[in-house]
Amino acid sequence: MTPVIFVPRDAAAIAVGANRVAEAIAAELSARGIEAELVRNGSRGLHWLEPLVEVRFCDRRVAYGPVKPSDVPGLFEAGFLEGGAHPLLHGETEEMPFLKAQTRLTFARCGVTDPLSLDDYRLHGGLNGLETAVAMQPADIVQHVTDSGLRGRGGAGFPTGIKWKTVLNAPGVRKYIVCNADEGDSGTFADRMIMEGDPFVLIEGMAIAGIATGAAKGFIYTRSEYPHAIETMQAAIETARKTGILGPSVLGSAHAFDMEVRVGAGAYVCGEETSLLNSLEGKRGVVRAKPPLPALEGLFGCPTVVNNVLSLASVPVILDKGADFYRDFGTGRSRGTMPIQLAGNIRHGGLYETAFGITLGELVNDIGGGTLSGRPVKAVQVGGPLGAYFPPELFDTPFDYEAFAAQDGLIGHAGVVVFDDTADMLRQARFAMEFCAVESCGKCTPCRIGAVRGVEVVDRIADGDKPEEQIDLLKDLCNTMKLGSLCALGGFTPYPVMSALTHFPQDFTPKPNTLKPLAEAAE
Amino acid sequence: MELQVPEADVANRTAAIADGHLNVEGPLLPILHDVQKEFGCVPEAALRVIADKLNLSRAEVHGVMSFYHDFRQEPAGRHVLKICRAEACQSVGGEVLAEGVRKALGIGWHETTPDGRITLEPVYCLGLCSCAPAAMFDGELHGRLDDAALSGIVMEAGR
Repeated sequence: MTPVIFVPRDAAAIAVGANRVAEAIAAELSARGIEAELVRNGSRGLHWLEPLVEVRFCDRRVAYGPVKPSDVPGLFEAGFLEGGAHPLLHGETEEMPFLKAQTRLTFARCGVTDPLSLDDYRLHGGLNGLETAVAMQPADIVQHVTDSGLRGRGGAGFPTGIKWKTVLNAPGVRKYIVCNADEGDSGTFADRMIMEGDPFVLIEGMAIAGIATGAAKGFIYTRSEYPHAIETMQAAIETARKTGILGPSVLGSAHAFDMEVRVGAGAYVCGEETSLLNSLEGKRGVVRAKPPLPALEGLFGCPTVVNNVLSLASVPVILDKGADFYRDFGTGRSRGTMPIQLAGNIRHGGLYETAFGITLGELVNDIGGGTLSGRPVKAVQVGGPLGAYFPPELFDTPFDYEAFAAQDGLIGHAGVVVFDDTADMLRQARFAMEFCAVESCGKCTPCRIGAVRGVEVVDRIADGDKPEEQIDLLKDLCNTMKLGSLCALGGFTPYPVMSALTHFPQDFTPKPNTLKPLAEAAE
Repeated sequence: MELQVPEADVANRTAAIADGHLNVEGPLLPILHDVQKEFGCVPEAALRVIADKLNLSRAEVHGVMSFYHDFRQEPAGRHVLKICRAEACQSVGGEVLAEGVRKALGIGWHETTPDGRITLEPVYCLGLCSCAPAAMFDGELHGRLDDAALSGIVMEAGR
């Protein structure tokens, strides 16, 4: 049997040299006259080991990493096509502790298969969910998703089944499925990974959503910063059309469903569902007031499901294996699994999918291996730029929507960014305000103006200009932004600011001149 | 940088791009992306043509174009360096890294070197947060950057 070599095509792997490694392997194969298949798979999510090269031979699959182009001749010398010993060898991929301890439902195929091979997709359980769905009544599909306990993975945590039910029951001939792939939160990359590593699962999930709600058209709205994801999604959609997964008759059924990819233009706020809809319509990405709910009056005024990539990508497994199977994972009202992204100053960064309920400390210390710098952890920001900073004292908080809310935080899109003790939390609070000022759509005054005033107030604290009065002012400003903004940008920017102030008051003391370069950077 | 294309040419080519999108739902952003791909920016002369084609006012099209960070009114330098300024990159020294490049190039964010070689843009997350600090140079991604790697990329780039 010809050995198969896997070199990831994931953007994170490419950013650290995967393409050059793939070229070096191809050159070495031809120079040595060896026959082997080279597959560009998705990433397994062990990003500190990227480029992680795998070899499959005689039912075994072993991993080597991180591989540099200059390592390639040595790997051939060591007989890596038969799993030969080498300092970069990690043994059987599936037995690596970081992977073995995970529960991969949404990411089951990511990194395992060739992302653009439909045969591979089917071979690994793909399309079972859609095949089940086409034989069901729409209301039964919706009930199934409701029973699974699946909640919005974009951060808001709204029950997916309830949203679908609203759209199913909404009057209207035209309805839409909109996939929110505008993954702008720092520390998150799970949407990107699934689009690059298993695009058919998203197509399948959207087709199921279409059948369940009576929508015949879907849009994936993603970021211009994700060129590889766009390319892979478009290629997969093309294949899905040619093979009858998309089109006038989904898998030969009476249901029609087609979709396309739309690319944003660098506006963070378009990750908010109503500004995303405006952007899709070709307008400024300004937030809309709710009601009306997008489920009733969404894209072009029609009933619209707006779901995150991970919510939609979790639907096929629910339809395939059953609502109970999915619901049996998790804790409290947070059911199923969550693909958690470990990022920033962390030794073992990457994607870790596990059932809800794992503690923040386990994630950072046990799985993530602590900081990359080797220094003590000072703070962990969970949920992107609008998420709270957690000190190590709160590391016993279980990963669960309600538990994080109870600590004045949010799990958001499950990005975990670790900072070591060199971080200055006043500076982080200032950045949160600065970011809000840059990205505000301008609709709500507390966000548009408050964020600018917020930067100034933090600067005055740093300058020692009546710091105690300024801290009171900052708290008041945060309260106004929280209560007076329509969307999460203005409404949640207070989370990182207030958590920094609450848990790290020692950093909010005068420190003249330290912020000057950053102040200039704001312009 | 100034756009070196005659206005009539801009109008004709923009009209052709717009015509290609008239049957899609919500065509404005796809049109703006393609116009920018064509000219390296969205020239003033293109706005009127797009407005005409979509039955919008020029002000509406300008409003949309100017809302999004990606669209430029003038072309960028011959190379574009986008450095991530978001939190995950900050946690591993991204700010210091960016500061070093800005000093070396002698320009600030959104500026182009006087010789028109490099434009420097901030970006808020490239989704490479587990391989930070990260940057994008002429569309190519780079992770786990340090001073040497980044200045190598910048300095080796052609004129």
